[in-house]
Amino acid sequence: MKNGRKTILEIKNMSISFKQYAEKKGTKQIDLPVIRDLSVTIKEGEMVAVVGSSGSGKSLLAHGVLGLLPYNGKMEGKISYCGKPLTPKKVEKLRGNEIVLVPQSVSYLDPLMKVGAQVRGGRKDAAAKERSRELFRRYGLEESVEDLYPFELSGGMARRVLICTALMKNPKLVIADEPTPGLHLEAARQTLSDFRAIADQGAGVLLITHDLELAMEVADRIVVFYAGTTIEEASADDFRQEDTLRHPYSRALHRAIPQNGFGYIEGTQPYVKDMPEGCPFGPRCEGFCEECQKDIPWVKSGNGYVRCIGSLEAGRMRA
Amino acid sequence: MILLVIGVSIAAFLLISASPIDPLQANVGQAALGSMSQEQIEKLQEYWGVGQPPMERYLAWAGDFIRGDMGTSLLYRQSVSAVIAVKLGNSLFLMITAWILSGFFGLVLGIISGMNEGKFVDKAVKGYCLVIASTPAFWLALLLLMIFGVWLKVLPIGLSVPIGVEASGVTFMDRLRHAILPAVTLSITGVSNIALHTREKMIDVMESEYVLFARARGESRWSILKNHGLRNILLPAMTLQFASISEIFGGSVLVEQVFSYPGLGQAAVTAGLGSDVPLLMAITIISALFVFGGNFIANVLYGIVDPRIRKGAKER
Repeated sequence: MKNGRKTILEIKNMSISFKQYAEKKGTKQIDLPVIRDLSVTIKEGEMVAVVGSSGSGKSLLAHGVLGLLPYNGKMEGKISYCGKPLTPKKVEKLRGNEIVLVPQSVSYLDPLMKVGAQVRGGRKDAAAKERSRELFRRYGLEESVEDLYPFELSGGMARRVLICTALMKNPKLVIADEPTPGLHLEAARQTLSDFRAIADQGAGVLLITHDLELAMEVADRIVVFYAGTTIEEASADDFRQEDTLRHPYSRALHRAIPQNGFGYIEGTQPYVKDMPEGCPFGPRCEGFCEECQKDIPWVKSGNGYVRCIGSLEAGRMRA
Repeated sequence: MILLVIGVSIAAFLLISASPIDPLQANVGQAALGSMSQEQIEKLQEYWGVGQPPMERYLAWAGDFIRGDMGTSLLYRQSVSAVIAVKLGNSLFLMITAWILSGFFGLVLGIISGMNEGKFVDKAVKGYCLVIASTPAFWLALLLLMIFGVWLKVLPIGLSVPIGVEASGVTFMDRLRHAILPAVTLSITGVSNIALHTREKMIDVMESEYVLFARARGESRWSILKNHGLRNILLPAMTLQFASISEIFGGSVLVEQVFSYPGLGQAAVTAGLGSDVPLLMAITIISALFVFGGNFIANVLYGIVDPRIRKGAKER
């Protein structure tokens, strides 16, 4: 439905791994693959939610795009921004201007610097002052908040301050990393609708969250993330019913929403070091078969994508 | 603070009481004591309060001390306060120079090294600091003495004034020249500790989430250092700086000894070896005051500089 729009960010087969010393062996280094084969596309004015549980590597996705991985991190795959490859040099220039990050919590603010100065990011000119005042008004922050230190902010205020930092420039891409934890439902909903508004004004928004329910309310498309890889991409509408979902994990997520019965499945997400062959969800999946232990392709399915052998076959059978 | 001083003085007093110092021997001398009659000795013993319980002696000393009478130094034959005034003057010059130099260079090296963790600069600074930290101060002093005083002959080998010059003929430059080596020694040893601590702290700051966010907002390394690094490193640096007073004080004892520099540290050693109880007690108290003062100032500054403490205190 948003086909006519320009693609802002396209991530293809992104993998992030960390060099680590193998346990107890001392000098031997191993590569720890944290994200494998991740693909996400964001268009102008679109809000895409990446949903995954804790430890699935969601935050790293944001850091990877921004070129902020620690020195032992290695990123592969293709990232293009507005149709051109996003090189480390380019991202260094763009971050903070066209590509902005809205971090998780108030701990991303300097504890010893006044909020106003931080929103302005060290700029002291009149234009910056004017802009920050305007943003404060827009998000219902009093002018006196400028002189507070981060530790004096309430959760909701901190959230709005963080959004203000992102909007000081006119960003084309906003990456929001877990913006809702610690907020009560109303505040969380308010925060997400703030992001929706940013998207409606034309920017692309990449929302990283673990809250599927809230993501469904605001996002255009939802990408489900499991154990470091994308397993399904679907429109938010597809998430309203279980039947329209393609991957068994997404369906399980859907069932886990309180209104849908609070259902749960056995087991936990595998840790990077003991990842099963092939499909990471395999050991917890009802439809697990031999085929699932091979590499699973990322294929188009309806207006979404899925990475599941079972759903491929189901598709074939339906056809 | 008063409690602390009382505690320190009692401890020092007890230690000295327990030591085998005989006031008669210390004051009159072995030879003179031997030629005295029993009566004379008894009179003197009464005068010096031999046999009085330690508690009474302590109270007598403390009472005088509070009134500003620190007693008379046995070795210098002057009032203790006069001796300390001179020695402290000499030492303070040394210590303040060392304090400022080591603080400044320690901070700068620490920041440079912390900003470049793992790179060559960092390794060089770290290596330097570890070598210096494991080098005894007196050995370093001897080394510098050999290089600059004996081989190059550019700086004097000791004392605080030139030998054979009248006191009135001593210029400020003379004093300065004599203070350079001991001050440099003290600074060099002081730097490593401060630099290593600052480095650790700087690495913490650079790995913090707010620095990550600052980078995400496109701030350059320099701007991160300016806006966030210095701000967050300031508090721990301050604590370190004031806590290092005690270390410099301790270091000065050794260094002054090597350079025969007539400062407080040397006086302390002389007093200890020469059984000069009043002087030793006074120096102990003054050192305690210095160290305590340093930490106290750091604490007070914390309240002024750190908004979290400042504002928290206001709300209460």
